[in-house]
Amino acid sequence: MSDISMRTKAMTLGEIGLIIVFIALACFSLLVASKAYDPGYAFHAWLFAAASCVAIFAIFNRYHDRPAEPPPQSIDGKPNYNFAPVKFMSLAAMFWGIAGFSVGLYLACEMAFPVLNFDLPWIAFGRLRPLHTSAVIFAFGGNVLLATSFYVVQRTCRARLAGDLAPWFIALGYNFFIVIAGTGYLLGITHSKEYAEPEWYADILLVCVWVTYLLVFLGTLWKRAEPHIYVANWFFLAFIVTIAVLVLGNNASIPVSIYSPKSYIVWSGVQDAMIQWWYGHNAVGFFLTAGFLGIMYYFIPKRANRPIYSYRLSIVHFWALIFLYIWAGPHHLHYTALPDWAQTLGMTFSIMLWMPSWGGMINGLMTLSGAWDKLRTDPVLRMLVVSVAFYGMATFEGPVMSIKSVNALSHYTDWGIGHVHSGSLGWVGFVSFGALYCLVPWLWNRRELYSLKLVNWHFWIATIGIVFYITAMWVAGIMQGLMWRAYTSQGFLQYSFVETTEAMHPMYIIRALGGGMFLIGAVIMAYNLIMTIVAAPRADEIATPAPALAPAE
Amino acid sequence: MSTYEIMQRFAASFGLAWFGLIAVIATVYALLPSKSDAFDEAARIPLRED
Repeated sequence: MSDISMRTKAMTLGEIGLIIVFIALACFSLLVASKAYDPGYAFHAWLFAAASCVAIFAIFNRYHDRPAEPPPQSIDGKPNYNFAPVKFMSLAAMFWGIAGFSVGLYLACEMAFPVLNFDLPWIAFGRLRPLHTSAVIFAFGGNVLLATSFYVVQRTCRARLAGDLAPWFIALGYNFFIVIAGTGYLLGITHSKEYAEPEWYADILLVCVWVTYLLVFLGTLWKRAEPHIYVANWFFLAFIVTIAVLVLGNNASIPVSIYSPKSYIVWSGVQDAMIQWWYGHNAVGFFLTAGFLGIMYYFIPKRANRPIYSYRLSIVHFWALIFLYIWAGPHHLHYTALPDWAQTLGMTFSIMLWMPSWGGMINGLMTLSGAWDKLRTDPVLRMLVVSVAFYGMATFEGPVMSIKSVNALSHYTDWGIGHVHSGSLGWVGFVSFGALYCLVPWLWNRRELYSLKLVNWHFWIATIGIVFYITAMWVAGIMQGLMWRAYTSQGFLQYSFVETTEAMHPMYIIRALGGGMFLIGAVIMAYNLIMTIVAAPRADEIATPAPALAPAE
Repeated sequence: MSTYEIMQRFAASFGLAWFGLIAVIATVYALLPSKSDAFDEAARIPLRED
C-alpha cells in the first residue's frame, strides 16, 4: 500500500457520527445501569453499554481494513451489489428459526405435561410463550424479510444498496433488539400486549433501526437503474411503512422513570384494546403477509423461470390488500366492550379480504401454469408453491372465524392456535424456507444446493408435521368450544375448565409431535444450507469431466 | 357536535369518497389497455440477468 493512499484515507461523517452516538449511548447506559430499580433492567443497560463498545470497536476495525475509496457503485458496467449484510441476515434467520421452533416445541410439551415448567419462573408458559412468538415472527421472519427485501430491491432496481454503515446498523441493531426483547421476557420485563411485548427502551431501539431500514430501502429505490419499480418492492415498502406506523401507534407509552423498565400507555380501556388489535392484526397483515408476498412475487417467478401470471392482478392485489387489511383488527374483540358497529366493521372487512388474498394466491399458483412438471423435479419450488396453497387455506379460514357466530365458538379456543399455525408454519415458514434455499446458493455463488434430496426430506417431514399440528388443534379447539358452551338439562354448565384440558391432552401430544417434525425439517435445512456454503461447487467452476480410463498394460 | 361525531361524519363522507376514488384509480390503472406492453416488460424484471 502506498503512502499516498494511506494519507488520503479519512473517516466518513457517518463513521464519526456513529462513533459519537455510541460513545454517548455507552455512557448513558452505564449511568442507567448504576441507578436501575430492577436487576433485569440493569442487565439490559449493561448489554446496551457492551453492544455500544463492540459497535465502536467494529467501526474502527472496519475503517482500518477498508480501502480509502468508498466501494464502487458498479464494476464493469454491472451493479456492485452489497450482499454481505444479506448473508448475515440469512444465517441469523436460520439460527433464530431453530431457536424459535425449539422453544415452541418445549411449550407444546409443557402444555401436554405441565410438570416440565419445573416451577421455575423463567421457563413458565407465560414467559416462554412471548419468547416463542417473537423468536419465530420477529427474529426468524424478520431476518428473512430483511435479507430478502435487501436482496430483491437491489436485484430488481439493478442498484447497490444505499448507505455504507446503515445496512449493518439495521442487521446488527435489529438482532440486538431481538436479544433485548427475548431476554426481557424471561426476566419478566413485558408490556403484556400480544406481539408487542418489548418495553419502551427496546421500542426506541426498534424505531431507530426501522427508520434507518425505511431510508435505506427508499434510497435504493431512488438510485434504481430500472425505471419501473417491480411489484415485490411495493409489498416490501408497504410492510416497512405500515410496521413503522403500527409500532409508533401501539407503543405511545410513558416510562415510569428512565431507571425503570415499566411504562404505561397514554390511553386506557377499550381504546387501548382496539389500538392493540389494530396493531396486532396488521402485524399479521403487513409483517406476515405483505412482506412475505414480496418474497412470493420475486422468488416463485425466479425459481420457476417464468414471469408472474398476471402483473395487472398483482397491482389490484396490492392495493386491495393494503386498503382492506387495515380495518380487520376489531374481529379480535368480538363480544367485548368494543362498540358493536366496530365489531361488525372488522368482520365485514375480514370477509372482503378473501378477494385480495385469493387473488394473490391465484397469481402465485398460476405462475406455474404450463410448467407444473417442475413441481415433480424441484422440491424448492414445491415448497414455495405449497406455501401459497397454505396461504390460501389460512386466508379462507380466517374470514370464516371472523364471522361473529363462528367466533362465538372459536374464540379463546385452540382453533385460533391451529389457524395461526397453518398460516405461520405453512405459509410464512415454507415461503421463507423456499426463499432461503434459493438465496444461499445465489449469495455464496454456488451452482446448486448441497442436496436436493435433503430438501425433499425437509419438505415431506415438515408438511406431515403441519398436518398433525393443525388437525390436532382443530379437533382440540372445536371440542373445547363445544364443551365450554354445553349445558345440563338444569341449565348448569356441564363441564369444568379442567375437564376440557383433560379431554385435550391427546391432541396436545399430537401437536407436540407435529411441531417436533417441523423442527427436524428445519434442522435438516440448516445442515443442507451450511453444507452448501462449505462444500457445494462454485457457480463459476467448470465441471471437470471424469478422467478417461486407460487399460492397464 | 362532539369531536367523535365530527370525525365519524368526516370518515363516513369524505373518507369514504376518497377511498372509493383511490380504488377506482388503482383499478383503472391496472386495467389500462395501453399499459399492456409495459406490464409484460415489468413482469420480466426478475428474470433478467445482469
